[in-house]
Amino acid sequence: MTLGLVLGGALALIAVIFVARPFLREPAPASDRLDEPGELERRRLELVEERDRALAALKELEFDHRTSKVNDEDYRSLVGPLRRRAAEALQALEPRAEARHERIRSKH
Amino acid sequence: MPQLGRAALLLSLGLVAYALIAGSIAAWKRRRRLAISAQNALLASFFSTAIAAGVLWSALARRDFSFVYVSEHISRKLPLGYALAAFWGGQEGSLLLWLLILSGYAALAVWLNRSNRELIAWVVPVLAAVAGFFAFMLCFVSSPFATAPAPADGAGMVPSLQNPYMLAHPPLLYLGYVGLTIPFAFAMGALLSRRTDERWIVSTRRWTLAAWTFLGVGQLLGAHWAYVEIGWGGYYAWDPVENAALMPWLAATAFLHSVMIQEKRGMLKVWNMVLVALAFNLSIFGTFLTRSGVVNSIHSFSQSPLGGWFLGFIAVCVVFSISLIYLRLPMLRARTKLESLVSREATFLYNNLLLVAFCLTILWGVTYPLLTEALRGETRSVSKPYYNFFLHSFGLPLLLLMGIGPLIAWRRASLRALGRMFLIPFGVGVVTGVALIAAGFGSSPPGLLAYTFSAFVLASIVLEFVRGRRATGSILRLVGRNRRRYGGYLVHAAIVLLAIGVAGSSSYQTVREKGLKPGQAMTVAGYTLTYRSLATKQEANALATRATVDVSRGGSHVTTLHPGKNSYPVEKMTSNEVSIYHDPRNLGDVFLIADQINPGSNTLYLKALVKPLVNLVWAAGFLFVFGALVAMWPDAVEQRRLADRYAAGAVAA
Repeated sequence: MTLGLVLGGALALIAVIFVARPFLREPAPASDRLDEPGELERRRLELVEERDRALAALKELEFDHRTSKVNDEDYRSLVGPLRRRAAEALQALEPRAEARHERIRSKH
Repeated sequence: MPQLGRAALLLSLGLVAYALIAGSIAAWKRRRRLAISAQNALLASFFSTAIAAGVLWSALARRDFSFVYVSEHISRKLPLGYALAAFWGGQEGSLLLWLLILSGYAALAVWLNRSNRELIAWVVPVLAAVAGFFAFMLCFVSSPFATAPAPADGAGMVPSLQNPYMLAHPPLLYLGYVGLTIPFAFAMGALLSRRTDERWIVSTRRWTLAAWTFLGVGQLLGAHWAYVEIGWGGYYAWDPVENAALMPWLAATAFLHSVMIQEKRGMLKVWNMVLVALAFNLSIFGTFLTRSGVVNSIHSFSQSPLGGWFLGFIAVCVVFSISLIYLRLPMLRARTKLESLVSREATFLYNNLLLVAFCLTILWGVTYPLLTEALRGETRSVSKPYYNFFLHSFGLPLLLLMGIGPLIAWRRASLRALGRMFLIPFGVGVVTGVALIAAGFGSSPPGLLAYTFSAFVLASIVLEFVRGRRATGSILRLVGRNRRRYGGYLVHAAIVLLAIGVAGSSSYQTVREKGLKPGQAMTVAGYTLTYRSLATKQEANALATRATVDVSRGGSHVTTLHPGKNSYPVEKMTSNEVSIYHDPRNLGDVFLIADQINPGSNTLYLKALVKPLVNLVWAAGFLFVFGALVAMWPDAVEQRRLADRYAAGAVAA
């Protein structure tokens, strides 16, 4: 009975220390704010996802064309819009990428 | 040490309650240290739950009958493996297993996604809320650590549970059930944090696939267990508790398909959220069916006070998920539309509708008797013909779609391209159907259709591999570069094998019963069964009675089988011990059941079933696991691309 309670108490103490660890390690941090992406960052992620989707769709289309699942006529009608979408997403990301590189450069 | 077990469970409850409250405040108020502290609480809850589980396992191993749970579920003579497996043989232990697996999954998911702070901040309270429910039940409603003066021996284990499958089937099923909590928590976390991009899908892709695989394999093992142990000659009885595992698996199958449309086309965001919530809520509903005792089943435990608690929890989960999806609807709108009704994504959509319709008809079949009893006091049952009707109505078109889907391109397909792609598989399907009719297998239209569609699907899968290999030059390169696609095809092939096995063993099985004296024989589907003798033998915890039956075919001896019964004196129960011959020629079984044994007159009432192709059902399990492993195996290129996608965000933030 006593051993069980002592072990239980020791377990609880270890758990409390572990849970309180972030506060013990940083009693007075410079910032306690949880990062939250701004509108710009959310838009960037949307564009990156759009770019990845368009590039994956292009890859898939190429593969389907090579395996004859898509004939030449369908391929020609589908590949243009997909390339345009990928290019648009890449283009929209470009200035942000530049700005990001600029920020990284300025940090160093 | 029951005090240590109780203390550990109370600590788990305290930790998950803290993770829920502190985690919610941290996510709401954007407090970084508090969010990490809540994550730590969730991690710590796994270790305290593991200690509680260790205490119970230790009590089972030591046969400490002062634990009520131990004295009610095992006996001194029960072999150690089964004594340890009794952990999940009873209500309290299986609830503890739920919490152990959930806290383990939660700890791992939080640890692996700790860099994704914004999303994980909201995932932690959702996981903690689910874990909190189970921890509360274990502390205050159904504790495995209740004690009483120790009896001289325990009550023992139900004979049908004394089977090697007891060691694997329940834990695997639980790994599946509980695993569906992770995608649910991430989906709800994404909605709560208003991050409805693909990150939650990327984070949970493998979790969903793993949970789905565990659930599938767990069900198949359960089916094989029923086949070899229960002694009625079947493997799936549409038992409510079996259905309870099938429903979340069907919902998760629909999700695994529709989530690909979201990833590739940015569509079906609302639908995916609904499916994730449906799969999770059905997994809790399944646990409710098993634990509450509302249904009479071999799986369910006796009447218990858990039912009301579970119903309340399910109601909270359903209302919470529906409300949250509704509130976030504007953020879930798709920017693209379905371009054509003849496209890969359209076939996925049809597949989704059929899977969900099948799932809901099963749900209705399970709940209808419960509702009529609760509301009108009438006892009704929904039996095999109802389920078989819907299995044929939805299952056969689903089988057909598995062959059509891979042949159609994404976005849209022209009729000319389709004609070329369909020519060979269609021809193979038609030739198979005609050949089967000519060979006299036209007696069962569903069986005939299942075989015809199966041939069509297998041909389309083989063609996919052949064309892909031609395009890439090597099968390994082909699969390596498209693991999800080709892993998926292997899983489809496994489902086809399953369909062939199920159709063969149910539509074309032969059953004969006869009372035999030593030396007498009976025939069934070309086999001659000659009863020779009866013998009894004392085993570790049972008295085994076995008949000796010679099996011959065309005058040649094939094998000798020993069907019989086991009598368990401690448990005061008798079990059927079937004997099976696997015939490699038709991949089927000769399945013998000693229905009745009269030792006085040495009379054996023998039931014999010949089940062609039934072994394909079990072979399908291996292919299913292999395909799932291929699909979920990490792809270094993909990992780098995703790391770049989200790391770039971290730089910009």
